[in-house]
Amino acid sequence: MDVIIESLPQYWDGFLRTLFLAVVSGIIALVVGTLLAAARVSPVTALRGFSMAYVEVVRNTPLTIAFFFAAVVLPRLGVTFQQFEIAAIIALSAYTSAFIAEAVRSGVNSVPVGQAEAARSIGMKFSQVLSLIILPQALRTVIPPMINILIALVKNSSVAGAFYVLELFGYGKQLANEHGDAVMWVLVGVAFFYLLITVPLGYVAHQVERKVAIAR
Amino acid sequence: MKAFLTRRKSLLVAASAALALTLSACGGGGTGGGTNPTPVEKPSFAAGSTMEKLASAGKITIGTKFDQPLFGQKGLDGKPVGFDVEIGKLIAAKLGIPADKIEWVETVSANREQFIKQGKVDLIVATYTINDKRKKEVSFAGPYYEAGQALMVNKDNTTITKPEDVKGKNVCSVTGSTPAATIVEKYGAVLVPAATYSACLEPLRNKQVEAVTTDNAILAGFVNKEPDAFKLASEETFTKEPYGIGLKLDDTEFRNWINDQLESFAKDGSYKKAWEGTAGAVIKTAPELPAIDRY
Repeated sequence: MDVIIESLPQYWDGFLRTLFLAVVSGIIALVVGTLLAAARVSPVTALRGFSMAYVEVVRNTPLTIAFFFAAVVLPRLGVTFQQFEIAAIIALSAYTSAFIAEAVRSGVNSVPVGQAEAARSIGMKFSQVLSLIILPQALRTVIPPMINILIALVKNSSVAGAFYVLELFGYGKQLANEHGDAVMWVLVGVAFFYLLITVPLGYVAHQVERKVAIAR
Repeated sequence: MKAFLTRRKSLLVAASAALALTLSACGGGGTGGGTNPTPVEKPSFAAGSTMEKLASAGKITIGTKFDQPLFGQKGLDGKPVGFDVEIGKLIAAKLGIPADKIEWVETVSANREQFIKQGKVDLIVATYTINDKRKKEVSFAGPYYEAGQALMVNKDNTTITKPEDVKGKNVCSVTGSTPAATIVEKYGAVLVPAATYSACLEPLRNKQVEAVTTDNAILAGFVNKEPDAFKLASEETFTKEPYGIGLKLDDTEFRNWINDQLESFAKDGSYKKAWEGTAGAVIKTAPELPAIDRY
């Protein structure tokens, strides 16, 4: 138990880095994921094909592969960066956006097709139909699955600990090694700091859902 | 749809090919060079001692590193080779256990104390530095070798020649290891933590870190494998890292016995032979056995 108090500075540093990774990757993934979903339902065949291929490949391969590509393969291709957080953000947002895209697409499918037809019949362009009619409704329906994905993202960020980023889990490993006699408490501390992000996230989601969600 | 499927397949093939290429670059075997010690016939030990238990069981579990060229590296044939491995075999032979009855377990810097405490291994010979903090968790026989911390840089690097040069720069080392703590606390480097030392090679190659730091003996192994890519920043070391053999805390009987064996290896030349067959490929002069620390 003492080990948690004693190592609070490390935990805190790791906590902030985990939070940073999750927030930045989360925002990027939400934007990219929505764009991917829009591409998926767009009238342009090439966009539909790209979106589908991307989602299928990324969603069906392990996150570690994404990290491996971002942290090791990209630099080999000449894309180097001094901060490995960038690799982690690339991997996490690339991976999470595939899931977001699928969630948004399911939301889009839940909007009755008659609405899109009505919007078209009054002369709206595809972009207008999507942004003014479909997405505002679709996004509201998918808030619960979206929150699941974001919570998973917070926990997935722990993979970064194995790819040169000293975040919460990375510090956990370091502390476990330094305090060989209290590994259990070290891990309890790590779990606690993850809960400190995920539990409030779930609570906020619940509030947002009550405010804006519409059941179908 | 059909055309699309084939396109996706070709994408996957390309991706996996790229992955295979990168992975193969990280692998690689090592040279053997066994001492092939003959196990002692029916050794006798005091009843109840660890030696007696191991000898009568006829097998032993030894922890070593699997990714450390020259000291402990597991090749594709599944057999670890290296100086640590030879020391392990020599000790096992003195217990009457032949080399093929040794079960090798991979131990990395972060799990060595735990593996000993939990009884997952009987011994650890894994470039394991003896220090006071670790002495509280496990007991050490030896030292059987004295290494020192050094820096490895890219071949074309001329800016880093001493540890003071890495201040504020990215340096890769293993999470929780002694060299990692030293380079950060004493020399002000920015640590890029990796799971194993071999995982540090890619960031160094890609110039995302300026240097990799750990014991010179370990780095020498990496330089030996890729002399066109890496070099040691300097021949001089800036710490002393006595390697010990880890065993259960306060098993003094076992510890003393291993210490006696180490001294006998030095006397009968098998210590030198173990070195020459493994690490001797890079560090030509076989070291003297350091003075045993019978604490």
